[in-house]
Amino acid sequence: MSALLEVTGLTAGYHGVPVLHEVDLTVRAGTICAVLGANGAGKTTLLRTLSGLVRPAAGRIVLDGAELRDLPVHELVRRGVAHVPEGRGVIAELTVDENLRLGGLWRGGGRALRQAVDQMYELFGPLAQRRGYPGHLLSGGERQLLALGRALVGRPRLLLLDEPSLGLAPRLVAQIMALLRQLRDDTGLAVLLVEQNVRSALSVADQAVVMSLGRVVTAAPAAQVADDAALRHAYLGF
Amino acid sequence: MDRFVFLTVDGLSRGAVYAAFALALVLIWRGTRIINFAQGVMAVVTAYLAYSISNATGSYWVGFIVALASGLVLGAVVELAVMRRVEHAPPLNAVIVALGLVLFGQGVLGMIYGNQYRPAEAPFSRVAMTVAGVPVVSRYDLFVFGAVLVLMLAVAALFTRTATGLRMRAAAFEPMVSRLLGVNVARTLTLGWALAGLVGALAGLLVLPTGLGLHPTAMDLVFVSAFTAAVVGGLDSPAGAVVGGLVVGLVLSYVGGYVDSAATPLAVLGLLVAVLLVRPGGLFSGTTARRV
Repeated sequence: MSALLEVTGLTAGYHGVPVLHEVDLTVRAGTICAVLGANGAGKTTLLRTLSGLVRPAAGRIVLDGAELRDLPVHELVRRGVAHVPEGRGVIAELTVDENLRLGGLWRGGGRALRQAVDQMYELFGPLAQRRGYPGHLLSGGERQLLALGRALVGRPRLLLLDEPSLGLAPRLVAQIMALLRQLRDDTGLAVLLVEQNVRSALSVADQAVVMSLGRVVTAAPAAQVADDAALRHAYLGF
Repeated sequence: MDRFVFLTVDGLSRGAVYAAFALALVLIWRGTRIINFAQGVMAVVTAYLAYSISNATGSYWVGFIVALASGLVLGAVVELAVMRRVEHAPPLNAVIVALGLVLFGQGVLGMIYGNQYRPAEAPFSRVAMTVAGVPVVSRYDLFVFGAVLVLMLAVAALFTRTATGLRMRAAAFEPMVSRLLGVNVARTLTLGWALAGLVGALAGLLVLPTGLGLHPTAMDLVFVSAFTAAVVGGLDSPAGAVVGGLVVGLVLSYVGGYVDSAATPLAVLGLLVAVLLVRPGGLFSGTTARRV
């Protein structure tokens, strides 16, 4: 299958100080790509640049043949890119239902949106019981499910997930990973998964990219990275 | 007792106008964290427009509708042309720019219409109707209550029942997350200013016939009262703006009626200080637990 996302020579940073240096990356449709590396490797900056929150100084971001780098952030979601930021990004003042609807609002309201939201309630049982709750009353795990569900309501082609396992119970992490695998197989969703939890990320990923100090040091099948003891010791700490 | 009824109705009627005006301030504050000090002069501009149109057409209502529509347009134009440039600057920049707009607007109005008071026409009688010999409420008061009530219900429906309202609330609370979800945040800000322009225009049209009339500075004192109302209610809370407006209206009316009309500015100040001491976020301030 051809590449859905093709990043070449991407250089980006904050206030003129580069964090990413000439990053190359390819993600095919229907695959999960784990982005691994120590703190400060540039993983979050990579996702923020891909979703337009950080403007690249150089390089190309091509999604399905179309250049994305000069589009405003709110346009990217219309091209099929959904970004679930680290720290979850649930809007605390809005209810669970409003948060979910917001995720698909750009496609238009009405019955299709209602159906997409109801589908999320089926996928994420805990949320169904919290429909009318404002976001600030949810537990950490519920917020994570809500942020993920909200991104999925928009039916993205590429999901950028930043630390979905942060602060979650292992059972919930396993559920989320299983769901990602299912969406990949059923809908052809591509996922770029940033994770501190290297083992669980490698267990679900097809491809893995290891970053260090803003550069890609290895891009290989996930199984190969998992088996490379030297690489794991050097960059992943186990 | 007659006096109490009169002062209460008068206070609520004025308070309803302050509530509407405070709502305009809240709409802008929520989206942009800017206090729009130019809200008063924007309302005066639309009121002069209503004055000119009503004189030309002979119909109060044509002027009324045109003023509301022009408030909508003026709010959007002020945001797009001026305030957009200071939305991400330090807070003082927006204050100075808004005060600059006040001077500019008042200057231009003075050049066009002159700096004398012109009569602001009321569409209904301001003489109180009597119930069992007690003067209770005028037709104009009823019109004010009705207009503000319709406005509040419309704004509430917009925010809670429509997709646009959901986008506006989301963008006000979490602009970055909203952009990731496909909300054009810049557009919701323009819309918020436009809406505030309309709400402020209505408040101006309602309050001017109860004062000295039309003058470039006619809304200055109303602004002070409405700003107090917004702070008392909590700048983030539309419901707070309504309650704050009514409270300020009643306080002004009672103090003016029972104590001395010269003491009313002091009473507003006292109310402001008291609320800020007891509940700095305003009576209706929401939870800020998530700001860790």
